[in-house]
Amino acid sequence: MEGIRYPKENTLYKKKEYTQIGQSKPRIDGVSKATGAGKYCGDLKFPNMLYGKMLTSPHAHAKILSIDTSEAEKIPGVIKVITHKDVPDLKYGISPARWDENVLCIDKVRFVGDKVAAVACVDEETCYKALKAIKVEYEVLPAVLDYRTAMNEDMPQIHEEYPRNINTEIHQLFGDVDKALEEAYHVRTDVFEGQRTYQCPIEPHSAISIWKDNKLTVYSSTQSVHYFQYYIAREFGLKMGDVRVIRPLVGGGFGGKLEPTGLEFNGAVLSRLTGRPVKMFYDRAEMFAHNRGRHQGHYEITTGVSKEGKILAAKANFVLDGGAYTSLGIATAYYAGGLLPLTYDFENYQFDLVRMYTNLPACGAQRGHGAPQPKYAFESHLDNVAEDLGIDPIEIRKRNARQANTNTCNGMGIQSCYLSEALDKIEEITDWKAKKEKGLPKGRGIGMATGSFVTGAGYPIYRNDYPSSSCMVRVNEDGTSATLYANAIDIGQGSDTVLCQMTAEAMGYRYENMKIVTGDTETAPLDFGAYSSRQTAYCGWACKRAGEEIKAKILETAGFMMHLPPEDLECEEGIIFSKSRPKVEPITFEEAAKKYFIIKGPLVGTGVYTVPRLGGYHKGAPVATSPSYSFCTQAAEVQVDEETGEIEVLHAWDVHDAGQIINPALMKGQVHGAFGMGFSETVMEEVVFNKDGKIINPDVGGYRIITALDMPNFTNDLIPSNDEPATPWGLKEIGEGSNNPTMGAVRNAIYDATGVNIATLPLSYEKVWRAIKEKKEKEQAAK
Amino acid sequence: MSNFIVDNNGIKRYLVTINVNGIEYTKVVKANTLLVNFLREELDLTGTKKGCELGDCGSCTVLLDGKPVNSCLILAIEADGMKVTTIEGVASTSNLDNIQEKFLEYGAIQCGYCSAGMILSAKALLTENPKPTEEEVRAGISGNLCRCTGYINIIKAIMAASGQEVLN
Repeated sequence: MEGIRYPKENTLYKKKEYTQIGQSKPRIDGVSKATGAGKYCGDLKFPNMLYGKMLTSPHAHAKILSIDTSEAEKIPGVIKVITHKDVPDLKYGISPARWDENVLCIDKVRFVGDKVAAVACVDEETCYKALKAIKVEYEVLPAVLDYRTAMNEDMPQIHEEYPRNINTEIHQLFGDVDKALEEAYHVRTDVFEGQRTYQCPIEPHSAISIWKDNKLTVYSSTQSVHYFQYYIAREFGLKMGDVRVIRPLVGGGFGGKLEPTGLEFNGAVLSRLTGRPVKMFYDRAEMFAHNRGRHQGHYEITTGVSKEGKILAAKANFVLDGGAYTSLGIATAYYAGGLLPLTYDFENYQFDLVRMYTNLPACGAQRGHGAPQPKYAFESHLDNVAEDLGIDPIEIRKRNARQANTNTCNGMGIQSCYLSEALDKIEEITDWKAKKEKGLPKGRGIGMATGSFVTGAGYPIYRNDYPSSSCMVRVNEDGTSATLYANAIDIGQGSDTVLCQMTAEAMGYRYENMKIVTGDTETAPLDFGAYSSRQTAYCGWACKRAGEEIKAKILETAGFMMHLPPEDLECEEGIIFSKSRPKVEPITFEEAAKKYFIIKGPLVGTGVYTVPRLGGYHKGAPVATSPSYSFCTQAAEVQVDEETGEIEVLHAWDVHDAGQIINPALMKGQVHGAFGMGFSETVMEEVVFNKDGKIINPDVGGYRIITALDMPNFTNDLIPSNDEPATPWGLKEIGEGSNNPTMGAVRNAIYDATGVNIATLPLSYEKVWRAIKEKKEKEQAAK
Repeated sequence: MSNFIVDNNGIKRYLVTINVNGIEYTKVVKANTLLVNFLREELDLTGTKKGCELGDCGSCTVLLDGKPVNSCLILAIEADGMKVTTIEGVASTSNLDNIQEKFLEYGAIQCGYCSAGMILSAKALLTENPKPTEEEVRAGISGNLCRCTGYINIIKAIMAASGQEVLN
């Protein structure tokens, strides 16, 4: 398979000889997935297992007056029915200040889909009969369905503790924004609106709980076994050591499987009460109702620029629709504005935000977390500014581009950065200048945008003083394999594969001989899991250190065997040789490992990584900090049919500054998927509600995600580098930064093609058609 | 219609014989038993995935007498006497099918939840049309949703499986 070609003229990249990383090794879980042998949580079965479902609220906002489960309990095959009386009333959520969700609702339901009761039955069919037979008496309350007016005095209050339905409020000011705007040559304000989108992984959530002999084991489709272990133990007053969380294969997450759901909590209670394993699962509609997808928001952006287009100050004023609960939304809120100063260098910045409670499903962390919609707004706005000034969109970005070894105005430190190079490259490979000079055929347009993202969140998902990541490696007794034990979670992105590559590289071993045990709190050490694009860097450090420990131990043993000092020995691809004496017969890793075991016992290495303290001291400073940031540029060329509004992306390009690439094939796959999701969000996706707050398209027929017919052909390109000191081998993240620019790039291309500015996402065919029609009518009238 | 018996609760149960991956299975099912549940629950062939149970996502695609179908939209009694191929039946005991090989080689698998359905749709396409154009490949898998890959590597893998030159 083709590797990455590093251009000779790039002197920044010091080519190093790696044998295990930098190569498209096949996925470690590939065969099990290609043959159907691999087990996802919903594929598991246990003897005597029961099936569980939850009864959810049909109302957006209502008081629970009474719950009568007696009829349901009479149905043959119904083993247990539970309500809030049977479950702990301890609230949960991301942070103590925002614990606002109950295992089952006590006095009030807050959205259509809120958890009311749960059943455990002998089969799935009986569950639905049982749910129908539970009688709940509600007093329907007026609901808050529009986040833009949720703060109004006359609106009902959703949570007692949060007056005027304000969940989170942020006010950050850096530099002197007012003065800079006064002095600016040109000041422009634009307003954009996002929509609610949903991660929509193809695998539905499920959880199997087995509570036996004071120990609770939970199999779950989760992005973080540790986070689940922590919150499940806390909810039930158990010791963390008595809660075991196991992740079978996970069929996609994109942020939606990061926090525990009613499935784990209620399944645990049902298992305790019945003494049997209980499998609980969402169907597609229930997934949409549970949601935790992207917040929709109202984004007002103002910038003041010099005559040359240099950004002097920026103001971001946002309102987010958080839904009924906090979920992970407080982090989303800080990310929304926190990441904006990354790609462009400006000194003066004001960020104001309110995250509103509404009687709609709770929003959380979706790929890119809070960043993609604000970035879409900023990139669209920047194209508008460039047009005002008569400057080319790439040129204005070059004039503001983030440089290496700089700090952002909000306290983030950037070391390695090749954004300027990525801008040059995108200009070159899209043939941008020629297209701009000669113009494109009618209905066609090209647009681009920049992106960036954290290579791991600088602070853990909940407050604690554990290290960020840890792992251990045990070499098999005869040295023919090595097993990596890690709780980094592979949700499809390929972390199991790249972590084994990195471990093998550090050990001087072979990827092909690696095994992995992952996603089990009882066998592998702590890792916070898959979020904020952290695992390759954080668990990568742990793997590198564990691998180096193994290598040091084995070279010491080999030194005795070869009668040479260990410092003179090197191990590569499982061969141990003398660095100074080429005639000395090499020995194998296997031989030395076996000898080590015979003399000293198990050959084990451990690794740990803790993020250093990062960021400023203002309120909210921790969010958006990271040891390292990726940078990228993306472009799209679109064809818009004026008669129908249909948008076709003819081709898309991505140029990435992602540091040292560990696995080029997986890296490209991440970029394709991120662009696909971003493009889908730009033109199609939207969770739509009726006037009562009920989702009208809770299925993948009505909620449209792109198919193979919609995805454009794609060019991946790189600015190769390995000089990022904060990460192992100088790598950077890839999975989330690559959908940071997508919506902006596609929007800018549509604008270039049509000249119409549509302020609300998605830029659906209908909206585009209508806007073109209105524009034409206006032009006609002017004549 | 197949033979049935009535159980103690008055529910009709039907005797069906379905050939799955070359093996004849005779089982008693209810009238509303879906083929996907028959495969997953009765035969423990969990390689066939459930993604939406509405016929939208294609995760449960199997071949019914060689034609790709959503097994969540077919009743087990409708498949009585027919031949079903699931992902477990695509590879021979020792070797992967060429399509599976290419899926691995071209990085067409990420989370893997759509892979079984994708591979079976590709199998049906290439059986019918051994040298499809890229557009035909795209159309052939347009009933199978993937949220991870953006489809690009899947399209390349299928083109490669058809023996056509693809830049990886």
